Amino acid sequence: MTSLDTQRRKDAQPPKPVRSPGDRTFAGLSTGAGILILLVLAGVAAFLVSESLDAISAPAEDIAGGEGVWAYVGPLVFGTLVAAVIALVVATPLGVAIALFITYYAPKRVAATLGYLIDLLAAIPSVVYGFWGLAALAPAMVPFYAWAEDNLSFIPFFAGPASATGRTMLTAGLVLAIMILPIISAISREVFSQAPALHREAALALGATRWEMIKMAVLPYGKSGVIGGSMLGLGRALGETLAVAIVLSVSGGVTFNLISSSNPSTIAANIALQFPESSGLGVSTLIFTGLVLFVITLAVNMLARYVVNRRADFSGAN
Amino acid sequence: MAKRIDVSDLDIFYGNFKAVEGVNVSIEPRSVTALIGPSGCGKSTFLRSLNRMHEVIPGARVEGKVVIDGQDLYGSDVDPVDVRRQIGMVFQRPNPFPTMSIYDNVVAGVRLNARKMKKSDLDDLVESSLKGANLWNEVKDRLDRPGSGLSGGQQQRLCIARAIAVQPEVLLMDEPCSALDPISTLAIEDLMTELKDRFTIVIVTHNMQQAARVSEQTGFFNLNGVGQPGRLIEFNPTEKIFSNPDQKATEDYISGRFG
Amino acid sequence: MTTTAPTRPEAPEPEAPAVRTRRGLPRFGGTGLFVAGLVVAGLLTALSGWSWGLFAVYGIVLGTLVTYVGSRVVEGPRKATDRLVTCLVSSAFAIAMVPLVSLVYTVVSNGITRLDGTFFTNSMVGVVGEGGGAYHAIMGTLIITALAALISVPIGLLAAIYLVEYGRGKLKKALTFFVDVMTGIPSIVAGLFAYAFFVIFFGPGVRFGLGGAVALSVLMIPVVVRSSEEVLKLVPNELREASYALGVPKWRTITKVVIPTAIAGLGTSVTLAIARVIGETAPLLVIVGITAATNFDPFDGRMATLPVYAYYQLTQPGVPPQFGIDRAWTAALVLIIIVMALNVVARLISRFFAPKTGR
Repeated sequence: MTSLDTQRRKDAQPPKPVRSPGDRTFAGLSTGAGILILLVLAGVAAFLVSESLDAISAPAEDIAGGEGVWAYVGPLVFGTLVAAVIALVVATPLGVAIALFITYYAPKRVAATLGYLIDLLAAIPSVVYGFWGLAALAPAMVPFYAWAEDNLSFIPFFAGPASATGRTMLTAGLVLAIMILPIISAISREVFSQAPALHREAALALGATRWEMIKMAVLPYGKSGVIGGSMLGLGRALGETLAVAIVLSVSGGVTFNLISSSNPSTIAANIALQFPESSGLGVSTLIFTGLVLFVITLAVNMLARYVVNRRADFSGAN
Repeated sequence: MAKRIDVSDLDIFYGNFKAVEGVNVSIEPRSVTALIGPSGCGKSTFLRSLNRMHEVIPGARVEGKVVIDGQDLYGSDVDPVDVRRQIGMVFQRPNPFPTMSIYDNVVAGVRLNARKMKKSDLDDLVESSLKGANLWNEVKDRLDRPGSGLSGGQQQRLCIARAIAVQPEVLLMDEPCSALDPISTLAIEDLMTELKDRFTIVIVTHNMQQAARVSEQTGFFNLNGVGQPGRLIEFNPTEKIFSNPDQKATEDYISGRFG
Repeated sequence: MTTTAPTRPEAPEPEAPAVRTRRGLPRFGGTGLFVAGLVVAGLLTALSGWSWGLFAVYGIVLGTLVTYVGSRVVEGPRKATDRLVTCLVSSAFAIAMVPLVSLVYTVVSNGITRLDGTFFTNSMVGVVGEGGGAYHAIMGTLIITALAALISVPIGLLAAIYLVEYGRGKLKKALTFFVDVMTGIPSIVAGLFAYAFFVIFFGPGVRFGLGGAVALSVLMIPVVVRSSEEVLKLVPNELREASYALGVPKWRTITKVVIPTAIAGLGTSVTLAIARVIGETAPLLVIVGITAATNFDPFDGRMATLPVYAYYQLTQPGVPPQFGIDRAWTAALVLIIIVMALNVVARLISRFFAPKTGR
């Protein structure tokens, strides 16, 4: 156990008191587990890099599409971002409103139950969301897409031709929005409910209505929590695989048209669709796209955690 | 089995902050010694340094000596765990283990240290410890009930029973009655008078009447100002402290003219 | 602050009550106005051809509008804004309930067809068209999830113990931060990692159950660490001090006092972590694959798992497709039942294993 040895060496430096062998072993084990987790994270990056080297160094014409890995991954990154941004734009206001409803509007007796119902949305496996998106949401959206094509086609997002199956980028984005809703509302709920009672009561004592109280005492306090929560949701939406793979009808390419049946795929969905049938350089290319996804989500998540943790540092909770 | 404690030139630090400075004192065996003083003067810190409990807080350390019957507690080869087995402690708020029954709470010190004991010996230990803590008659019919179901005063006596079941030589009490009502306080004070025949008892208290009632010796801690380390201002027989103290500061504190 | 309320009592009467009464809607006035808006929306929808979606859109817009205008006329702008927000916030919650209800309804109504004995006892060996089941997939899911839990729980629990009991300085900070970051790793990336790792030892095209367990562990460990950490932090420090003061070494304090006190919370957090990964599809698609036959050996060869099975039955149902699609929905239904059952178990654990106070 190398981790155990490093722990001992660390112990030797400060004038540490005598510890029994049992204590040393247990401290070593738990420290080792912590270090192992960091190693795993580093390992994820390292192995993805090592397995994608083949694709990066291969001549451009050998990569699917014939223009190299970067040209291959470009449209996928675009599709990933579009789907995730739709999800974010829809889910953030909804999630914040739900959090407000549960913390300050719903009767106290049922608030916990309502919160639990929202949390149930997070428990449903993503493959089931895919099923539902394909069988229920997509057909339900078809009339809207037809209507949007007729009336809103001057907006590039609704240029058409409208999909007849409803398996569009917008549908995929909406499914993702529902999937990240519980994340955003859970974190917002937490920060809203922590808004100091003193401030809230002070606002109410001034004769503020409920909304004025929320505007004065709750929202300013919860702002960074909401931002952080949305970014965590964004991270989840970027990496979501099966729901998109099932719902989205894919043809590649780059387009802002959200209601047609030809859409760019997302990185994760593309891997799920292609990986089982790939071999050799194809696998390496897919692992490279996975590496790109890993880097993007890592950056988003680190930023999100930074924002959320900064709030924790300044909230005086410690 | 009660032992004498000699403290010489003891400084206690939290990180770079010196909390207590230059304590020299001898604590007599088989007696109750009370430590009094204003809040934040370091009396609790000093008490916790006597069984190395303050080390639980990261960055805490001491300079100086604490000797019990010739053995330095802070010697380089001393395991703090062994120190704590010899010097028991009772805390401000009663803290029985919530997962354990009354019986298991009393024998917790034995069980947790994985010492093997026969069931009959354990039973005897529980009975003698609970009798020692004046709790036996109240709980003997419900030893298998959770310890946290007792009243606050009973819980505190359970904690005392738990502490004496390990058969320590010294018993440290950190404001043991401050969370209790007057009747429970009286019960604990009576108990202290009985226990001092077997243990060296050191008690920190904010209640000067309590110090006057139960202790033979009293130490007065004070600090010169905020951010300054606490010091032991005066250590004398209790009677003298409360009637004719050597120091002006002690007299001011005791007569309520403090600050 | 906005300006003073517009409704002031006229010249105070000789015996004015202590609390000024003001004009306002009756107790259920707001709700009444909203319902009135809904009725109008219903009529409007009926005129243009009935559809629930249209009714919901019209209903929310008109209901909110009527409430706002009505309240503004009677109660003034401040109260009206307050009611407007109440409408919006409540509607948001109602909107979020729609997919939940719709999803449960869709899955149950489609999945009930094949929820029969054959489904739980047969594999897919030699099945073309009708019949067949998911016995092999259910067993595969149980085996792989159990393995993942076996890997994740000790590591996650020990790391949580490190963070709460031992950790200090840079390593603690780094671990806290990166565990948080790790909770955001996309599940497909975890699958690719497992593949990239095992391909080194077993060569290209490697597919086996243990790989899936490793991939799930990457997703599960951070969840276990975070929730166990929260639970361990809830154990009062006084109990640790009481134990130390009895001369109990730190490790025995942790194993005999801290963990037993927190056991209910730890059980809950582990159960929820299992519920979180048992429905994962993407990593298993990559590293475990699918097979028609039952395979109990996670160290050798492809295994079927319930989510992957559902995915393939839906996307490659065979001919005629209806039988495969029915199996897919039933698999989805069983998956939801398993996840919900785990959630209920988690709640029961936290209720029944909490330390008893005996009062």
